[in-house]
Amino acid sequence: MEQQLVFCEGDKAMVVRCEDVWREVSNYLDGEVDPGLGAAIEEHIRGCKNCTAVVDGTRNVIQIYSDGRLVDVPLGFRRRLHEKLESNISGSRRTFFGWMVATAAAVLVAGGFETARAWSFGRPGLRSAHARASSHVPPEMMVIIADKGKVFHVAGCPFIHDQSNLRTISAREAEQRGYAPCVRCMKKYLT
Amino acid sequence: MVAGAGPLENSAQQDYERRLIQRIQDGERDAFYELIRPYERRVYAAGLAILHNEADADDCAQEAFLKALKNIRQFRAEARFSTWLTQIAVNEALMRRRKERANLVEPIEKDGNGEGNYTPRDFADWREIPSEALERKEIREKLAEALRSLGQIYREVFVLRDMDQLSIEETAKALDISIAAVKTRLLRARLMLRDLLAPGLGGAWSSNLSFAKGTKPW
Repeated sequence: MEQQLVFCEGDKAMVVRCEDVWREVSNYLDGEVDPGLGAAIEEHIRGCKNCTAVVDGTRNVIQIYSDGRLVDVPLGFRRRLHEKLESNISGSRRTFFGWMVATAAAVLVAGGFETARAWSFGRPGLRSAHARASSHVPPEMMVIIADKGKVFHVAGCPFIHDQSNLRTISAREAEQRGYAPCVRCMKKYLT
Repeated sequence: MVAGAGPLENSAQQDYERRLIQRIQDGERDAFYELIRPYERRVYAAGLAILHNEADADDCAQEAFLKALKNIRQFRAEARFSTWLTQIAVNEALMRRRKERANLVEPIEKDGNGEGNYTPRDFADWREIPSEALERKEIREKLAEALRSLGQIYREVFVLRDMDQLSIEETAKALDISIAAVKTRLLRARLMLRDLLAPGLGGAWSSNLSFAKGTKPW
């Protein structure tokens, strides 16, 4: 269904046809069109089923591919990466000072493992059976939770469904209480 | 408009990364592992989009991380670490591709920058993304296959902009092309993917999936 609509902005008339919507849909979704053109596109898609399908589908393409889970690094990627970096780092540790730093780091890492182990044993289960735990969210990051919710979000996340009783706490506290990170707004921290 | 990361997330994350970078610059290089962990997939994806080969993308990503570590002192605090890192990965991938092309006769990409209007081939309804879509391997494979089917010039712009979350300007700079070329290629890439995916994700592939809260409006 093709429509021609005229949008007036001041004394300028703007004609928006289906072809115009298809040409501008990417800029429109990126917020890169003039307000007048944006309003004209919105007016057009309200009455055009085909253009509604194009705009909705394009928005979904952007959203679904932005999910970090889509790309899987090859098996053993992290191990090979660490070996490569380690072989390059190790040269700088062959001094006495370097060995001291390495030893101190090893003690810290061992202590860290012990702390993490102790912490994980005392950690409650996730509130949702479908939630994925993460240990990569910066613990001091302030996040948003709902008392009856199951996941935590960054402020402004459009996927906060329960808007009642929202509170701001640290990611560490949220995880300790069994909240899991939102797979949309926290995707970069999920592995 | 498609929402990006919130300001709180950006600010808190950048503060955290700045502290990690300071520790690395002070000699605590093990902190580098923590710094790069959230970006492993992103760097690999950038290399894969340009090199189109998993083994090459793997090597490229590892080399990019090593270069980032070696040059961490040159990183300027006012920049975003993710952008800086992705730029290193893209440069590494482009350099590898140039070397490959020196020995190969590559087919010329048809359609230049993708000028000319693109007419959608299909108007299938695809109003929502099923909440469990990405949990299903076959749907992830369909998405990867659709992405692979794009021409090189469209795929690399799409991956940097929509998967690696670079801005239009950052994408143009990374690929050394104009902002107008980025916008034109991005439009085509997005519309081609929609044409490929809407019939399946709007119906056939997702018939057994439940939908995200908010429910289908029909």
